Amino acid sequence: MAGTEVMRDLQSAATSHRGDRIFNRTITALAFTALAVLAGITVFLGAQAVPVFQTLGISYLTTTAWDLTTTPPQAGIFGMLYGSVLLSVIGLVIAIPAALLLAIFMVFLAPPALAKVLTNVVDLMAAIPSVIIGLWAFYILNPVAEEWEILLNQYLGFIPIFQNNSGNFLGTPFIAGFVLAIMMIPIITAVSREVLARTPPELINASESLGGSLWTMLRYVALPYGRGGIVGGIMLGLGRALGETIAIFFVLKIVFDTNWYQIIESGGGSVASLIVSKFGEASAGLEIQLLLAAGFFLFVLTLIVNVIANLIVSRTGRLQR
Amino acid sequence: MSTAEFEKSIEGLEVELSDSRAGLPIEMDARDISVWFGKRKVLEGVSIPFPKKTVTALIGPSGCGKSTFIRTLNRLHELIPGAALAGEVLYEGKDIYSPDVDPTHIRLKIGMVFQKPNPFPSMTIRGNVLSGLKLSGMKRPNHDDIVEETLRAAGLWNEVKDRLNAAAGELSGGQQQRLVIARALAVQPHVLLMDEPCSALDPASTLKIEETIRELSKEITIIIVTHNMQQAVRVSDYTAFFLAAENEPGYVVEQGPTTDIFGNPRDQRTLDYVNGRFG
Repeated sequence: MAGTEVMRDLQSAATSHRGDRIFNRTITALAFTALAVLAGITVFLGAQAVPVFQTLGISYLTTTAWDLTTTPPQAGIFGMLYGSVLLSVIGLVIAIPAALLLAIFMVFLAPPALAKVLTNVVDLMAAIPSVIIGLWAFYILNPVAEEWEILLNQYLGFIPIFQNNSGNFLGTPFIAGFVLAIMMIPIITAVSREVLARTPPELINASESLGGSLWTMLRYVALPYGRGGIVGGIMLGLGRALGETIAIFFVLKIVFDTNWYQIIESGGGSVASLIVSKFGEASAGLEIQLLLAAGFFLFVLTLIVNVIANLIVSRTGRLQR
Repeated sequence: MSTAEFEKSIEGLEVELSDSRAGLPIEMDARDISVWFGKRKVLEGVSIPFPKKTVTALIGPSGCGKSTFIRTLNRLHELIPGAALAGEVLYEGKDIYSPDVDPTHIRLKIGMVFQKPNPFPSMTIRGNVLSGLKLSGMKRPNHDDIVEETLRAAGLWNEVKDRLNAAAGELSGGQQQRLVIARALAVQPHVLLMDEPCSALDPASTLKIEETIRELSKEITIIIVTHNMQQAVRVSDYTAFFLAAENEPGYVVEQGPTTDIFGNPRDQRTLDYVNGRFG
């Protein structure tokens, strides 16, 4: 019989059920719709960025200015892009430890009833609209945070990041970053809690039987086990922070001058808040294009940050020896 | 309890024990252990002495409290919410539950191997072997030597010596279980508790683990829970037979040298169980 066998088509047999076929195609179509929307946004924003580059060249990305009355107009968003990153970093520095400690407490230490209440509270926090957070920050947080900044400046002012020359402690990157942290903490906590709660009990047993304490178990077993998920949660939080607009708009004094590191000095940048602050009174034509182009580069920045985050994950993904 | 008192209490044991354990040096001695989960009593009045450098098998049908009992021997039992205990476990001349005993010290001296192989997936093979040192903060020099020595003792060295930095998850189930044994040995325990260590393994891996158990018992005391009657006969010097009526706490029906329990049991229920008539 050699040479006469006919290979049978198992794949189409497996999906021969009509309902399955329709379902599969619907799902595929929906998946591509999401991609198409993403591509559409990219193309639209990118198209707006082209004339901006033709007019201003690369200086739009490397300089910091916004004066459209001169000829040629001066516009550059470097300080805004940098500011978006700086605010996010400040936010992460505050949010990651706070969120992780909260998640650890909820999973490993809190009595079940308290853990349940905390879970609900944290989920509710994530649902607070950012305009409410912005208003709260403006009226409640601002005067308190100002006191903290004055203390930081007083006792740690010899460290360059805590310098303040103007004497104005409002509208600073620190306060804006703190607001971002408040918005990131619920997201990072919720994801980390889910991930840590899924630490296999047999691994916890193993750690206990080897004389592990809660701290060593977390450090060598639970956190490495959940690392991928926790970093995913941090990325979700960071996504919210980079694009956050209105809450920042309330507390940050946007200045067209790059604030490199003086986080408790008044004035900083944020692409998203730049757009919302200028869009209302923008004149049609170049200014709208400039703002849309800023949106495009914020989008690109988000992509770059995600790629870097993925690299960090895969690099730290090495096994513990 | 002072060492002198401990010696004396062990002397007392010779009277109670009518079998060949009488007069042997005792590594660990469980006395009148009763266990509760919440209000439910699951174990009643279990007393078993474990002579030094011997293997004791705990046999009996499912749900009779063998695994619960073994977890009282290294204080893992107390980590379950609602767990309670009466009686005492003597080790190093002291009740391991007395307030001045550090549970971490007990868990290091009395190691444990679980039913399901549980190597740490985020660590290499080498990392797993050394993980007990990290987790407990124990300082031991010459890590390379520890890795080789314990993997040899667990009968795994030849299979993994060229890939010590591979992920532990790449190993087969039987290899993982031997890795976990090596990991337990790296903190130099005096007693090794094994809770059905072969129930998830194929026959070839089971035989390898059994060889390992026989080898290890030259150095340390081993207590093994098993459902496999042949395994109890093959690896153990002493056997304790547990039984529980439905919704009643478990207890020890009969204990003694394995040859007696299987060859010449005194109790009809033991005879029926070891001959496979129930359970």
